[in-house]
Amino acid sequence: MDQQTLSLLVVGATFIIYIGIAVWARAGSTSEFYVAGKGVNPIANGMATAADWMSAASFISMAGLIAFLGFTGGAYLMGWTGGYVLMALLLAPYLRKFGKFTVPEFIGDRFYSKLARVIAVIALLVISITYVIGQMRGVGIAFSNILEVPLATGLFAGMLVVFIYAVLGGMKGITYTQIAQYVIMIFAYTVPAVFIAITLTGNPIPQLGLGSTLQGSDTYLLDALDQTLVDLGFTQYTATEGGMSMLNMFLLTLALMIGTAGLPHVIIRFFTVPRVRDARKSAGWALVFIALLYTTAPAVGAMAIWNLVNTVQPGEIGDPQGNLAFEDKPEWMERWAGTGLLEFEDKNEDGRIQYYNDENEEFAEMAREEYGWEGSEIVTLDRDIMVLANPEIANLPGWVIALVAAGGIAAALSTAAGLLLAISSSISHDLLKGVFMPKISEKNELLAGRISMAVAILFAGYLGLNPPGFAAEVVALAFGLAAASLFPTLMMGIFMKRMNKEGAIAGMLVGLVTTLLYIFTYKGWFFFPGTNMLPDTPEGWLLGINPSSFGAIGALFNFVAAYIVMKLTSPPPKDIQDLVESVRVPRADT
Amino acid sequence: MSEDLSRDAYWRANLRLLGICLAIWFFVSFVLGILLAHPLNSLSLGGYPLGFWFAQQGSIYTFIVLIFFYAWRMNALDRKFNVHEE
Repeated sequence: MDQQTLSLLVVGATFIIYIGIAVWARAGSTSEFYVAGKGVNPIANGMATAADWMSAASFISMAGLIAFLGFTGGAYLMGWTGGYVLMALLLAPYLRKFGKFTVPEFIGDRFYSKLARVIAVIALLVISITYVIGQMRGVGIAFSNILEVPLATGLFAGMLVVFIYAVLGGMKGITYTQIAQYVIMIFAYTVPAVFIAITLTGNPIPQLGLGSTLQGSDTYLLDALDQTLVDLGFTQYTATEGGMSMLNMFLLTLALMIGTAGLPHVIIRFFTVPRVRDARKSAGWALVFIALLYTTAPAVGAMAIWNLVNTVQPGEIGDPQGNLAFEDKPEWMERWAGTGLLEFEDKNEDGRIQYYNDENEEFAEMAREEYGWEGSEIVTLDRDIMVLANPEIANLPGWVIALVAAGGIAAALSTAAGLLLAISSSISHDLLKGVFMPKISEKNELLAGRISMAVAILFAGYLGLNPPGFAAEVVALAFGLAAASLFPTLMMGIFMKRMNKEGAIAGMLVGLVTTLLYIFTYKGWFFFPGTNMLPDTPEGWLLGINPSSFGAIGALFNFVAAYIVMKLTSPPPKDIQDLVESVRVPRADT
Repeated sequence: MSEDLSRDAYWRANLRLLGICLAIWFFVSFVLGILLAHPLNSLSLGGYPLGFWFAQQGSIYTFIVLIFFYAWRMNALDRKFNVHEE
């Protein structure tokens, strides 16, 4: 059986599992549709949260990102995990005690204002829609690159499967499918990593392997990697210089943490557990399951760059015979060169591949004079290859390659489903029932939820097929907005009894507007190319702050604006202060 | 004189615990993993330079311990102040 057939069979089998679960876990009430009837075991919820959270970007792109950033890649690792500490300590238990269905619902009730609720819905929709485009795109790319099926076909297959289990099962169906998707995803990620760790270091645990010595040598892997990269004109892998500045690493980490804690599709997962104390613990379990992948990723990244450099440069640097000859390229290089994600060009026409840092002028000058190198000859190197090609680099059997394809698709589908639920519940529950049709019956609300889910899937699928040119930038926008609008407002709603509706509305608007303005100033108005007012370079950034990191500043503006306006206006009514009191204690007797 | 077991006292105890946990959260990631990573890199943990280890491994492990520690302490506080769930 050839690889493509095998891969399609494995992916098809996972789809049958998802649909089987959907039929078993149909939603019969709005409570089951929105929050799985609040009956999900905290460990199961942790696993579902992990799948919900870890997207195609975590699965496919993150290790590659770290491989090329080295030390400063830690901003993504710490940022995307540290947010769970904020969520577990500052939000999850209190929102669970509040005991309703959506994030805007809490904001609307706590700030006794339909306007506040509508602003929260707008923030939620912008965040979730920008985020879901990337996921649908991820499904299509996984199909077209790994399974060699046209992008549109793959996208339709993915849409159909999500349609079946999300529309039928709502949160209940999504939760149980996400558990299956987590298992597939983590297995697909760790199996190649374990084999590569054994090959390089003899240690089967990637997290330990990265800190071990190379097989048959006394040199530590990271020391050897640092040395090799320096010899090729790059900066050391583990050094704090290079990558991004310390200020931006600090702010990016903070913005990603606050943004993670403010993502509505993750927050609503904590509405599904039975008790407040389950919500506290469940966030911990979620992080355990996330950390399994996130602590493996640094090993995958570092080992991938080590494998790449040593494949291209098997001999002495500078020795004319030291580089890989074009005709000896391993099969995986050949195959990925066919996709356009990896491209070579024999600039000095010596029939061998040189890979080095030709942007380091001093080194490039020396290499030209001493070695006759005319520039780095890997001219295109898409960082996503790092994870996708891993099983081939490690010569793993065909079923592992098939599994990685299924894992990438599981990662994208599980996140897409969670986002689609957040979108549809905020439309049917917050806008329809909460604002426009308060008297709608439960049966009709459930129907409305299903219809808005179906429309959201079609819309996301359309955008996945025809992505706006700015798809990559908008992910930064989603995080920035979650950090600057939702997180501070939720937190103040719980921790400041005195916070009133005027303060909350002012804070959300200031956070949203400043973050949007800062991003548009550098990325262009509504992301139209060429309309940016200042150059998007470290020199052009205000105080050197990267637009991706601005969410942390936007959150600060939100807090300050809310506080000032609160001081100038009257305190919230007594029943709202009582609501805050009751949210703060787990027992339901107040 | 008996100990204050009011809801206000419960909330103050919660805030104190939160303060401790968030101080550790900040110290491990932002101080050890970023601000002091450069000097820490001259020490090592196995084959890991220490600052690099905190940024890419250690802080994540600490986060997990923190969440379970907080959940465990809060459950104890819930019972002590008699606000736990049935």
